[in-house]
Parts: sequence; structure tokens; C-alpha cells
Amino acid sequence: MIPELGHFALVLALAIALVQSTVPLYGARTGDAVLMGVAEPTALAQFAFVGFSFAALIACYVTSDFSVATVFENSHSAMPLIYKFTSVWGNHEGSMLLWVLILTVFGALVAAFGRNIPASLKATVLSVQSWVAAAFYIFILATSNPFLRIAQPPFEGRDLNPILQDFGLAVHPPMLYLGYVGFSISFAFAIAALIEGRIDAAWARWVRPWTLIAWICLTLGIAMGSFWAYYTLGWGGWWYWDPVENASFMPWLAGTAMLHSALVMEKREALKVWTILLAILTFSLSLIGTFLVRSGVLTSVHAFASDPMRGVVILAILILFIGGALTLYAWRAPTLKQGGLFAPISREGALVLNNLFLTTACATVFVGTLYPLALEALTGAKISVGAPYFDWTFGPLFVVLLIAVPFGPLLAWKRGDVRAVTQRLAAAFALALAALLAVCVIEGRPVLAAFGVGIATFVILGAITDIVERTGLWRAPLPTAARRAIGLPRSAWGAAFAHIGVGVTLLGIVGETQWGSEQIVSLRPGDKVALRHYDFTFEGTSARNGPNYRELAVRFAVRRNGELIGEMVPAKRTFASREMTTTEAALMTRGLGQLYVSLGDVAADGAIAVRLYHKPLVLLIWLGCVVMAFGGALSLSDRRLRVGAPKPAKRKLALQPAE
Amino acid sequence: MRSTTRLTALLRLLVLAVALTAVGPSVAVQPDEILPDPKLEARARALSHELRCMVCQNQSIDDSDAPLAHDLRVLVRDRLKAGDSDQQVLDFLAARYGEFVLLKPRFEWQTLPLWLAPVAILIVGAVVLAIAVRRRRQGRGARVEATVPLSESERARLAELTGPRPS
Repeated sequence: MIPELGHFALVLALAIALVQSTVPLYGARTGDAVLMGVAEPTALAQFAFVGFSFAALIACYVTSDFSVATVFENSHSAMPLIYKFTSVWGNHEGSMLLWVLILTVFGALVAAFGRNIPASLKATVLSVQSWVAAAFYIFILATSNPFLRIAQPPFEGRDLNPILQDFGLAVHPPMLYLGYVGFSISFAFAIAALIEGRIDAAWARWVRPWTLIAWICLTLGIAMGSFWAYYTLGWGGWWYWDPVENASFMPWLAGTAMLHSALVMEKREALKVWTILLAILTFSLSLIGTFLVRSGVLTSVHAFASDPMRGVVILAILILFIGGALTLYAWRAPTLKQGGLFAPISREGALVLNNLFLTTACATVFVGTLYPLALEALTGAKISVGAPYFDWTFGPLFVVLLIAVPFGPLLAWKRGDVRAVTQRLAAAFALALAALLAVCVIEGRPVLAAFGVGIATFVILGAITDIVERTGLWRAPLPTAARRAIGLPRSAWGAAFAHIGVGVTLLGIVGETQWGSEQIVSLRPGDKVALRHYDFTFEGTSARNGPNYRELAVRFAVRRNGELIGEMVPAKRTFASREMTTTEAALMTRGLGQLYVSLGDVAADGAIAVRLYHKPLVLLIWLGCVVMAFGGALSLSDRRLRVGAPKPAKRKLALQPAE
Repeated sequence: MRSTTRLTALLRLLVLAVALTAVGPSVAVQPDEILPDPKLEARARALSHELRCMVCQNQSIDDSDAPLAHDLRVLVRDRLKAGDSDQQVLDFLAARYGEFVLLKPRFEWQTLPLWLAPVAILIVGAVVLAIAVRRRRQGRGARVEATVPLSESERARLAELTGPRPS
């Protein structure tokens, strides 16, 4: 009964979506307030019905109802409860339902909290967003229904892919989808602006919080995915330039560009047409990401299933939305009025440069990801584009961008003075140079590492310089500076933290890639192995049974300069239901770095292949992402963006006597 | 009809299971593969990062523990021991297994657009920007005039207005 109710709720949501995608739009075009008013309740109702549908699916998984096909294929009665819960979206059908759930969450949020958005714009935005929702409901109902029943229900499920039986699955996909799908709001705003033929600074202000929320979630989602891959795949890699990773990275790059260009639009009314285009492109890249992952065009660990029919439908959705949006853009964009003028050397100019490099970087990832597919389709030649290509192309672009980052926030709007800014950055630059030279002298060899550290230091200190300049820390007495620091707009702090986060991540990348060391050895009980300042002693093995796996664990005593600092217990798990083994690496945090031990095969003579890594500064990679997201959150809490922030005009009312 | 779909579903799962076991949570380079000469081994590792394990999903032979990756790693080390240069090893493998094995595609006709795309996009973007800036400056002559030096009569008028008051 429950699956049928869930299925039925989804069909109802489709019906509501069809109403929401037409009626309010017609109302907005004819100026009919009643018809426009339909948008809000329908958006909330869509959320309610999809929420119900999703809850029904969760109920099926939690109660291990193996009469439902997807539950049978992806769950097991012996799995811990949390994995029964997360396996809801650990497969194609469920993850698509999560996708539309988040879509309706955003729709409902706009309906409930977008109080300051003008009625016609809001109605159009919700309508446009509902087109996307309707398309995806049809896709789910027609090709990927998660509620399909099996006539003769089996007694036991096939279990979730063991690699996915991890806490990461609870966080990574929902965060990533919040990011992907959150950009649908900026997309809907862009399309609404094109339909209405009107766009101004206020538009940028309304869009900004939604874009920021999506960007924060995407940042954390990507970081979580990277961290998950790091600890779960067994060799400590954290980014592979895998097509699926690229699929999530492209919307992030485009979204970052959009956040910056929307800033220019909000403050100076310039770059309107470009911001609209970026909003369309960012969501298009999210859709392409969904297509790449779900259609099975690319084979990767993330492709839960590959069914040509699904690919064709998603491709159709893709062509409809991206093609339609770009056509509308080509038709309407020229009618939008251009905004304020600015000199090439100015804050606006710097943000344009930022956009040039971010979009080029994004295009590079796009070309690198899709070129092999295109080439094979056109000529039949098979080539691979892997990490070395991106290191050579994406790397230099980002280096230039990062060196330019500190200049942006210090330049004045309209017309800036590079010389003055350079003077202000002199201290940051000198310290960065000192760091570079210090690294050269102390660590020596990889020159690349020294440059990496230099650039990262420059980015971090540049962001701090901006705050110091704004508060006048050196010139004014401390209390004044502190008061100014509190008075600074949160968005200024947000920008500084986001930029610091970029520098921190870069430091982590440099540390891990340039100074990491590893040992690959075959060990027996009692053997010792040294790695950097650490000694590992093979203490012994133990076997135990988990809920749905068997585990072989190896205990290592870890000593630093002869002194015992702890124990590391890497393990190998064998899952009977799928006949798969996973490696559970042991991690020990030392400052900002980590020790990493994982097990390989057991040889016939009882020796175990063990790999041990020392990864200095590795935690900074993800810490930097968290700092970036924190910056985004600070910016989101900025007074001017706070939803429902009191307007100055209302203050007068407060003076009147209470009735 | 239903039985066929279920059969395909089953087949799909099988394929997926096989593919995933092949990828596995892996351990790549095995202790017995490692060369005694650390310099040669370092070169072998660097080369391994540039070679694709062809039966895996986007993994280099350094990361993969599929049997084929093992064979390729041993092959790379054999070639290095035989005195090949890095480029010779890559050429040898590409000749034997096709361009698909190279994670860093070679610079040739069919990969020309791939390698030139980033630079081309950057240059085109910069040129478009430059043109847009210039066109807008010309189109907005009225506003830019503010920065044009004052004419003789204007200067006289300004001096008259700001000069010391005749009293």
C-alpha cells in the first residue's frame, strides 16, 4: 500500500506542476493577481506531495519491503539502519526522487520566504521552475519509477554496493544535489527576467541569496565527496579528474563566476546580460552533470545503472531546457538595457577578469571531459583525457587567477588605481615571497611546492589585507578598528573568508602532492616499517563479523622517534551478498597532516601487502572548502540579503503609539 | 516482456558487479613489483600516473589493481630496466594498446582542438571583452565627454566662478 501511495503522490505532484507551470505565467503576462497567486500554494503543495512520496520510499527501505524492486536491488535486511536509510538515494531511481524533492524544497522556499520579490516576477520564477519539475516527474514516472513492485517478492535483498555503505552517502549526494538543483532558482530567475524583459540591480539582489545557498551546498558537497573518496578508496587520492567529479566541478566554476558577476550587477548595474547567461549556463551544466552521470554515457563508479532509454529522455530534457533557454536568451537579451560604465582598471574590471578566467577554466574542464566522447562519435578514435591533461591546462589558468585574487577586493568601483593597490599589497607580497624562499631553503627540491606555498600565502594575506585596510587597523587606535570591524558588512567578511579558504585549500594541495611520502611493503606479524619520522610495527591480526560482512583487521603500533603515539587498525571487509571486498583505511591525524594505512592482498604465505602514507597538510584541502562555505554563509547573512530584513520606511510606524 | 526487462536488469547488475569488483577498493602497486633502484622506480611511478588501466573506469594503472594494470606496471618496469627513455616507454605502450592508454593525449591533429581549446577560449574571450569595452566607450560618447579637457571658453568661465571675488 505504501509504495502505491508514494507513486500516486508523485503523479499528483506532476499534475500540480503542470498547473503551476502555466497558470501563474499566464497571470503574470495578463496582470491577473489571482492567477499569479496560484504559484505559491501550488509550489507548497508540490513540496508536500513529493515529500510524502519520498517519505513513502524511505518507509519501504527502512522496513525492508523487498516487494519493491529498488529496495530488493539495493538493500539488505541485515544492514544497519542508517544505511537502509541512505540507500534510498544510493541508486538511480531513489536519487532522482531526491533530485525532485530538493527541487520542490527550493520552490517552496521561494514561495514561503520570497516575500520581497514582486508578484509577477515571483509567479514567473515559480512557473519556470515548475517546468523543470514537470519534466523530471515525467522522466521518473516513465523510466525510473522507484515504486515498481515485484510479483513474487524475494526473502532477502541484494544489498547496497559496499563502497556506498558509508556515512559519506548520508551527506555527499544530498549536499551535491542541493547545489545542483539550487541553481535551478537562479535559472528560473534568469528566464523570468528574459520573459519579463526587465532586469535591474534589485533582480540581482533577489537572486543572490538563492545562488549563494546553492553555491555553499555545492562547495561542501564536492568537498565531502573528495574526502569520502580519500578515506574509502584505499590509496588516499582526493581528486581524480574523473568525468563525474568534473560534472560537479563545472557548475561550481560557473556558479562561482555568477556570484562574482551578480555582484557587479547589484552594485553597478553592469554585466546584466552576462549574468543572465551565466545563470543559464550554470544550471545547464548541472543538467549536463545529471545527464553524464545518469545516462551511463560515462562509465564510472557513480553510474548506478545505464539504460539507453533513460539517457535518451534526459538528453531530450537537456536539449529542451538548454536549447530553449539559449534561444530565449538570443532573442530577448539584446533588448535588455546596458548598465553603468567602468574603467578597465576597477573593481568591475577585476571581476570581469575573474569571470574570464573562471569561465575559461570551466570550458577547459568541459572540453576535456567531453572531447573523447565527441572524437569517438565523429571518427571512432578512442583517446583518454586524464589528470595530466587537466594539470597542464586547468592548472596554469588557476595560477593566474589566484595571483589576481587579492587585487580585486582592494580596487575601487568604477575606476581603480593599480599602483595604490599594489602598495597596499606590498606587505602581503613580501611575506608570500619570504614564505616561498623559506620553503625553498628548508624543503629544497620541489620548486613547484615553494611557488604553491607562495601563491597560497599571497591569497590568504591579500584577503587579510583587505580587512585590515577596511578597518584601518594600523592607522586607527585599536577600539576604533574593532568597532569598524564589527560594522563592516558581513559580505566583506564573507568575501575575505571565501578567498582565505581558497588559499588554505591550495596549501593543502601543495602539501599533499609535493611533500607526501609512501611505503608499499609486504609485512608479516612482528615486522617493522619506517616512514618519515614514524615507525610502524605489525602487532597482529584479528577477524570479526559485522552485521553484513566479515572483517580482517591488522593492528599497527605507531611510534614517532621511538615513542609510542598510538595504534592504527586498517581492515578489509568482505561482503558475502555481493562477493565484494572493501578496504577500511586507518587514519591518524597529526596536526594538519595524516598518516594513512591501508591493506592489500594477503599472499599465500600469509604476508599482507600494506601501503602506508604520510600526507602532510592534507586536512587543509577540505578545511579550506569549509572556510569557503563559511565565507558564503557570512555573505548570506549580510543585512541587505537577509530575508525579511526591516526596511527603513517601516521605522516610522514604530514611532506611532500602539493601538 | 516483463521477464526480458528483469533479465536485462539482472544482466546489468552482473555487469556492474563485475566492473566494480574489477575496480575494487584497490591497492594498486604490489610490493613485489617495486624495482630495487629507487630512481628507476620513481620514473616507473611517474609513468604509471600517465597510463590508463584500459579495463577500468578512469583509473591510472598506478591506482588500479586489476590484473591488466599489474601486467602493464610490470611491462613499464621491464622497459625501463631495458634502458628505454620515458618517451620510448609511452610510445611503446601506445603502439601496442592504442592512444587510449595515454591519459595525457599526444599533441597531434586529432587532439589539436583539445589542447588548443583553453588558450583559444581565453584569447577569444579577451578579444570579445576588449571589443565590447571599446564599443561601449564609443557608444557612450556623451558620458565619456566628462573626462575630455575643458575648452578655452569653459576654462575662462570656471576661472570666473572659482576665482577670487572681485570686491
